[in-house]
Order: sequence, then C-alpha cells, then structure tokens
Amino acid sequence: MSHQPSAAISHLEGHGLPLRGDDIDTDRIMPARFLKAVSFAGLERHVFEDDRLADPSHPFNNKAFTGASMLVVNANFGCGSSREHAPQGLLRAGIRAIVGESFSEIFLGNSAMIGLPCLVARRDGVERLQTLIEQTPGTDIELDVASGVVTAGALRVEGSIAPALREGFLSGQWNPTVMLLNHFEDVRAVAARLPYIKGF
Amino acid sequence: MADTLFQKVWDAHTVRTLPSGQTQLFVGLHLVHEVTTPQAFDMMRQHGWRVAFPERTFATVDHIVPTSSQKRPFLDVMAEEMMGALERNCRDAGISLWAPDSENQGIVHVIGPELGLTQPGMTIACGDSHTSTHGALGAIAFGIGTSQVRDVLTSQCLALDPLKVRRVDVNGRLNRGVYAKDVILTIIRRLGVHGGVGFAYEYGGSTLEAMTIDERMTICNMSIEGGARVGYVNPDDATFAYLKGRRFAPAGDAFDRAVAWWRSMASTPGARYDDHVVFDAGSIEPTVTWGINPGQSVAITEPIDASPEDEAFAFMGFKPGERVQGTRIDVAFIGSCTNGRLSDLEEAARVVRGHHVARHVKALVVPGSQSVSRAAEALGLDEVFRQAGFEWRGAGCSMCLGMNPDKLEGSQISASSSNRNFKGRQGSPTGRTLLMSPAMVAAAAVAGEVVDVREMLDGVPA
Ligand code: SF4
Repeated sequence: MSHQPSAAISHLEGHGLPLRGDDIDTDRIMPARFLKAVSFAGLERHVFEDDRLADPSHPFNNKAFTGASMLVVNANFGCGSSREHAPQGLLRAGIRAIVGESFSEIFLGNSAMIGLPCLVARRDGVERLQTLIEQTPGTDIELDVASGVVTAGALRVEGSIAPALREGFLSGQWNPTVMLLNHFEDVRAVAARLPYIKGF
Repeated sequence: MADTLFQKVWDAHTVRTLPSGQTQLFVGLHLVHEVTTPQAFDMMRQHGWRVAFPERTFATVDHIVPTSSQKRPFLDVMAEEMMGALERNCRDAGISLWAPDSENQGIVHVIGPELGLTQPGMTIACGDSHTSTHGALGAIAFGIGTSQVRDVLTSQCLALDPLKVRRVDVNGRLNRGVYAKDVILTIIRRLGVHGGVGFAYEYGGSTLEAMTIDERMTICNMSIEGGARVGYVNPDDATFAYLKGRRFAPAGDAFDRAVAWWRSMASTPGARYDDHVVFDAGSIEPTVTWGINPGQSVAITEPIDASPEDEAFAFMGFKPGERVQGTRIDVAFIGSCTNGRLSDLEEAARVVRGHHVARHVKALVVPGSQSVSRAAEALGLDEVFRQAGFEWRGAGCSMCLGMNPDKLEGSQISASSSNRNFKGRQGSPTGRTLLMSPAMVAAAAVAGEVVDVREMLDGVPA
C-alpha cells in the first residue's frame, strides 16, 4: 500500500491486528525513551516495546498478525501525551487505519495529519471484529472511508470518521499546511487586529 | 449575546472556514520545546517553508535536561544532540530560546505564565499535551502534535473543529490538607479519563475563585488527563494581579487597557454551556491514585473499590478492598508542570520542616523553572529540603517522564506530584507511580509510606 503525502485515501484493505483494552496511552504505544531522537526514523521498531517485553502473547508479538495493516482497538485509544511519535511508529510499522470505540482527540488529530484514518465504531461491532481476527487472523478486511463501513468476510461493521477529516482523506488534503498558507493575508489581518499583538 | 470565553476567543482568532469545514484558527503564542519540534523544522526545510511569526514563538528545554548538573555538553549524547538541534533551529529562525545557561529556563508550562507570556484571551499552542495549563490565566491553550507544530511554525495557524464547553463548578472551602491536586484528581475520577473528549472544561465556582493562579494551573494542567484538550478559568482580579509587572505583560497605561480587554473576554453571565457539573469542595479529601491511569484514585481514607480493572491491579500489586495508605514507597518526587511551582514547594516544605526522609526513600525536589528555584532559595526552602534529606535539583521535567537520567528502577513505587501514573511513565517499564499532592508526597517521604498528610499537619501553623 503506498503512502504518499497528500494522496487521496478512500479505500483501504489488509489484514487485521486486534489489540484489546481501554485507555491505552501513548506512553505505552511509544515509551518516552524512544522520543530521544531528532527524527521519526526507526520508530517502527519500538511500538509497544515495553508491553511486548512484559507479555510474550501481546498481539504485536503474534506472528499470525505479521504484516497486518488494520489495527482494531477499544475505548480512548492514544490518551495521554501528545507525542506524534505514537502514530508515526504505528504508521511506520505498516498500520494504515485504526478501528476503535473511541480515540483521544490529540491522537486522532495527529494520526489524521499523517494520513492514518481512525474510524469510530460501536463496542459490539469492534469486539466482533476483534474476535473474528483472533479466530481467523488472515481475514481480509476492507474499510471504505466515505461510508465508514468495515467489511471482514461476512461481518459488516458500521463506523464513522469525523466529517472534516473524512473529507481531507477523500480529497487527499489531510495534510493542511498548504491550505493554511493559501490566504496568508487573512492570517496577517487577524494578527493585526488582536489587541495583544497590535499593542494595548 | 452571552458567550463563553472559549467562544469569544475562538471567534477573535478565526481566520476562515477551511474547505474541509474546519476552522483556521490563529495562534497568538507558540511555545516550543526540544522533544516534539526537530522533525517539524526538518519538514519545513524540505519544503522550503519559513517560520511565519518568530516573534510570537518562544522556546525552552525541559524534558531531556539532566537535573543534577546542567553543564554542557550533556553527558547523554542524544540529549546533547536534541539540545543542539533546538539551538540551531531557533537561531536560524530568530526564535527566543531559554537554554540551561539562561536564567529563565524551565518547564515550558511553568515559564510561559511566569514570564507573563501567557495572557487572558490568547490562543496558545505547544507540542505538549499539558498546554492546557495556560488556561489558568484565561487563555485557550491546545496541546498539539509535531505535524501541527510544523503548521503553526509555518502559518501561525491550526486547522481545528470547535469544542463543546462543560462548566465544572467547585464550590465551598477546601479542608486543611486538601489541595488543588486533590480537586482535579477528584474531578477526573468522577468524570472519567475520557469524559472530557470533545470538550473544553471551564472551571469555576467559589473554590476556583478563591484559588491562586498557581493552584488554578494545577487544575487546568490535568484537564487532558480527563480527556479534555482544553481547560480554563475566567480571568479575574487574581489573574490581573498575577500578571502585573511580569516581563512580557503590558506595562503602565497599556496594562489598564489590557485589563479592560481581558475582562471583556471572560464568559458572560448567563452564557450557555453544553454541559454543567458541580462538585462540593468540602467533601474532597486528600486523594491518591492506585492504578495505571489518573482516574483510578481513592480518598486516602477509602479502600480501593473492586472494579474490573484487572490489568491495573495486576500491575500495581494492589487488591480490591485494600487501602493505599500504608503502602511503602521507594521514591518521592516533588516537581513537574503540575506541582513544581513555588507555592507547591512551600506547601511541601511546611510538612517536611523538622523531619527527616525515611532511610529507605530516595527523595528529590525539582523546581519547575530556574526562577522558581531562585525564589525558593531566597526563602531558604532548599536548605529545609536538604536538611530533611531531599536532593535539591536543577529545573526540568525530571522524573515526570523517562527521558532524562532521573528514573525509577525496576518495580519501585514512587509517590509523585506529577500527572501521569501510566505504566512505564517514570522511566522503568515496571515502575509504579502513586499520584498525590506535593504535601502528601512530602509526608510519604518522611513516613516512608503513604500517609494522610492531615495527621502531620496537626501542630503545624497554618
Ligand atoms: S513536567 Fe512532565 S507532564 Fe509536564 S511537560 Fe514535563 S514531562 Fe510533560
């Protein structure tokens, strides 16, 4: 699967990786010691490193899920620290979409900005998807960004992506920098009228 | 129209609606530290983008600095490389940087307010989730990731969806031995660690009104631990008095004009909130966490309830029905952007004075900034702590997270005034963190185990 900055992302498919548990924080996804670097290169090696060491049966250790690109999680995934190193590590480890019950806002935004859609679905759907992948690891999973529908064999889970982010993925404009620079005179105008900038 | 401060600030900083439907929001103050920014500057170099408003951007170094000696070059080669990258990036872009050899270095959320950079009615962004701290002065402050840091550097703007606003009222007087930390831990426990997703928390009520700005910062700081990306308190006379005379605050007549604008940005009486919750200050007790997220806490007198948190019980070694009180600790850490300000150190010193740290406990006090450190030394607090057996360190994040030499070892238990008890947070994958107020940490250090600070405060003049 290619991952070009600012390519449209409308349809994703791949194998699943079920990761159960609520409130999985970014310190666990990417322990702080791996933030000691001036680039994101190599972060894929450290995704969930401490959890994987502590638990040999951690899904990220499970050979059955090698090469998976669809991560399936539960509630409040990515809470805590704002470190973009967490979604960067997942992306670099081959994850192309995350399906979950809910996400922390900062994590969800960080993921969107690097072209990693987070799809929110109801608990029963997410759990059924996790169970299916656990039982049949190689199942092909498809995610349609526009409709928010995830299909895995006979299972169909309806979810959604926040509208603005969904539009960004579909149009290929999920990286907003250029958009933010498009009307720079408007930015200067706002700055010029703010009393704390123009002087009280 | 009766608007909230959030809405007024949002409107004043809106540049336009983006094609995606998001708002392009101008960022009035961008704070930068060494961990989340080198990649942002690299991305900009690749595209040939320049920093749009270097004069609205300020940098310091906090996460990686060693706190035992801040001499350059740092012994840790990677830390030195990050420091060097920040220095080069700031120099090339014309951004002010407070490095360890400047007198204003410190944790980014401590120095912003203390220098008067943080002001009411502003939008603030920083590549750090505890940016919500700055809301204590009536600013709307967002924690952002590295790609957003790149956007703010490049355009001074963020693409955002508006938040709903939940009014969180706390009314009444806090009992002795109960602090702002206990209030916010109680709020998070009740509303849940993801109860705030999609919301800005506006804190108010008579308890908040009576609080100092330092205390309000402790509250706003931990908004993110309750899932709320933004937390704030409406600016009032205490806010204005705090700002007066600070280095970057307006001076002279301009200060009075600023106060008038700041007042006008506060939520209008009768403003509409998307949700409203009320807490009674009198019922809050000294609170400690027992689990692996900041919502898993109990009052010190209370047993841990049986909940289906198997993972937390297994990791921490507690059993349902047990008490945290009496838990033997190995490390006591007083510091961080939550509780590393002068008033926090004063409260801790009040408990410690005349006592000594238990023999088996390693105890350290890490001021949040060099300025806090100087002020504490002027009051002789460093001596109080040293005589009691604490280490008195240089300013930085220290043991709040494992990115510098201050780390837990093995499965040590730490009583900590910081904000996160996540697995591995304090630098050892199996290390265990009990969050509590600085006074409770001080009491635990002395007793060698978690105790009710109120027992130690008996006989100490208020
Ligand atoms: S003190 Fe802790 S929470 Fe605060 S900025 Fe530093 S590492 Fe982050």
